[in-house]
Amino acid sequence: MYKNIFSRKSLGIPYLLFLLLFVLLPLFVLIYYAFTNGQGEFTVLNLTGFFTDPNTLGTLCYSFGIAAVTTVVCLLLAYPAAYILAISKLPAKSIIIMLFVMPMWINFSLRITALKEILTWMEGRLAYHPFFNTVLGMSYDFLPFMILPIYTTISKLDGALLEAARDLGAGELQAFLKVTLPLSLPGILSGVSMVFLPAMTNYVVLDMLYNSTYIMGSLIGSYFAAYNWNGGSMIALILLGIVCLFTLMTRGIEEENTRGGALL
Amino acid sequence: MEHMTNIIELRHITKTYEDGFSAVSDLNLEVKKGEFITFLGPSGCGKTTTLRMIAGFDLPTEGEILLNGKPITELPPNKRPINTVFQRYALFPHMNIYENIAFGLRQKKTPENVIAKKVKKVLELVDLEGFERRSIDTLSGGQQQRVAIARAVVNEPQILLLDEPLGALDLKMRKEMQLELKEMHRELGITFIYVTHDQEEALTMSDKIVVMAEGKMQQIGSPEDIYNEPANAFVADFIGDSNIFNGIMTGKLKARFCGGEFVCVDDVEEGTHITAVVRPEDVILTAPEKGRIRGIVTSVIFKGIHYEITVESGKNEIVAQSVNSAAVGERVGVQVEPDNIHIMIAEDHTNIFAAEINKNNELEYNGTVLNVPLTRIIRGSREEDGTLLDASGSEIDLKKIRIKISIKPQDIELTDEQEEGLVQGCISNLIYKGDHYSYVIHTDLEQDFVVDDEYLWNMDDQVGLLMPVEKMVFTVRK
Repeated sequence: MYKNIFSRKSLGIPYLLFLLLFVLLPLFVLIYYAFTNGQGEFTVLNLTGFFTDPNTLGTLCYSFGIAAVTTVVCLLLAYPAAYILAISKLPAKSIIIMLFVMPMWINFSLRITALKEILTWMEGRLAYHPFFNTVLGMSYDFLPFMILPIYTTISKLDGALLEAARDLGAGELQAFLKVTLPLSLPGILSGVSMVFLPAMTNYVVLDMLYNSTYIMGSLIGSYFAAYNWNGGSMIALILLGIVCLFTLMTRGIEEENTRGGALL
Repeated sequence: MEHMTNIIELRHITKTYEDGFSAVSDLNLEVKKGEFITFLGPSGCGKTTTLRMIAGFDLPTEGEILLNGKPITELPPNKRPINTVFQRYALFPHMNIYENIAFGLRQKKTPENVIAKKVKKVLELVDLEGFERRSIDTLSGGQQQRVAIARAVVNEPQILLLDEPLGALDLKMRKEMQLELKEMHRELGITFIYVTHDQEEALTMSDKIVVMAEGKMQQIGSPEDIYNEPANAFVADFIGDSNIFNGIMTGKLKARFCGGEFVCVDDVEEGTHITAVVRPEDVILTAPEKGRIRGIVTSVIFKGIHYEITVESGKNEIVAQSVNSAAVGERVGVQVEPDNIHIMIAEDHTNIFAAEINKNNELEYNGTVLNVPLTRIIRGSREEDGTLLDASGSEIDLKKIRIKISIKPQDIELTDEQEEGLVQGCISNLIYKGDHYSYVIHTDLEQDFVVDDEYLWNMDDQVGLLMPVEKMVFTVRK
């Protein structure tokens, strides 16, 4: 017995315990609360309630909108930056990449508070532009997560492929559209899921910017604050389902792409 | 003779990189339409850079490239009727075989039904019928290579550039592809420009070979010319196996090298320093008294159709190929027919001689250990527990490698203190060259060294040769 104590299997035990205690167990608790009422009896009212209440549905759409716009903004900012960085031969490249990543090292609430001050100075009352402010705050927060994977994929791209495209008659733009862009898709996808998913669930940004509207995260928070654990759990569960669905979708596209199905 | 036009011309092409490294210098070349021309040379000789300038990936720093007489020096690659087969294939991993091959045609807005027809035809040409829908990563290296060729050829380019296309294939596959490429060249009638470091490949496939070294063209000619009449010692050494000796002309049609006097057919003025090249298959082994020089057989290796026999005469090593075997230790004579001795006037008098590896894995010459670790000579090697390992970690058989030392005449010093020299000899020739004397020293080991010295010595003076290790250039031959 003793000699196997450090076998590969036993090394996995700490994480297994972690998984059971902090992932699986809470998940079951979540499911339990989502499908029971205050008296502990089984019910699907929480589920049907969510989809029949125009307020919760509206919040879902609003959250989705914010997450989608944040993702698009991040992508539009990150792709050109990552592309230029990846193909440039600048000696100071690593410093520029560090500049992109550096905000991640600064305390999050400090950053958002600073942003809040700037926005207040510019706009007066922040509550007037909740959508804009939230998208701005989240883009600011999540941009590095979009830049890094895209930068990595493009810099790993075999330069000979671009030369081959040029050799076969493609101009610079065509070579980019037909070779660089489709081959950087894995980076784009992982960047998208690293921005979209947290943007869907995050509510701290919105909270700290004193916004008047709800997104999914703040909705759940408000349910729990009102001691409606059952309703809050159901919304959390639905959000989890949406996130799972999205992850499966991006993975599907990625596999399709690597198998050779041309996307463009 | 039929009139052929130049499809591509390189005029004074020079490529210097920002760090000052000159990859190609003043290259002039004309390629005839329909030719199979090969750039041959060791890595770093500028052959790939030249190809990349023809393709348009690199711009020459100086000079002009003409296609059908029109300058294309700065034309981008997509505007040139030239296609490339890349060293590592560079197939698009996100497209299937059909899409890969159709890529070039699509850029030209070819109608889809024409594309389908052309792709089918070219897949037949490369023997991959029915592979259209397969993805790239399901193919073997050889098949990927064929797709790469198909993708280039389908565009019907005027010139096909091939950058070491067979380098990643195994030997058997490579031989097959060599024949197929040659056949394809005949069938398509396209001009092929081929880059390789493999001399056998170049000799087998090409109509014309351009031998390159250090960014300069060393020789251009048919495979036969290059093999039989190498222009200089580099070409002779690089193409095929050769015995290369420094020597001197001792009379009309008489040359002394390798410790003996030979009759030759090249009329070179008496007293000229020469480099003599003798192919191993032209070395005749005779009874000791019948040879021009005498030696002892030091190794015999069976090579399938012949024996490779190494004979040591003094400190000179002569490699012979013979259908008859010999015994190690046997005393033999060496004879060479006059017209099999290729005499080149030595412009570069670099002395080349063989070193030995002693029991302690040290480099030795004439009984003196040279202070150079073998790990520095054999690239990528390291020493572990007294054995020498190559980059992949397997043991290097020191019996199978030969190390040659090159040293320039001006780097050798002559001294009266004979025993201080690495080797001793007597001055057998001297020429005044304006600001220095050029001496030939015939050593006690029956070798001739060319030494430039500003001081005057006399004929038949006994001298020692000081050769600083840091001025020596080492080459390893397997």
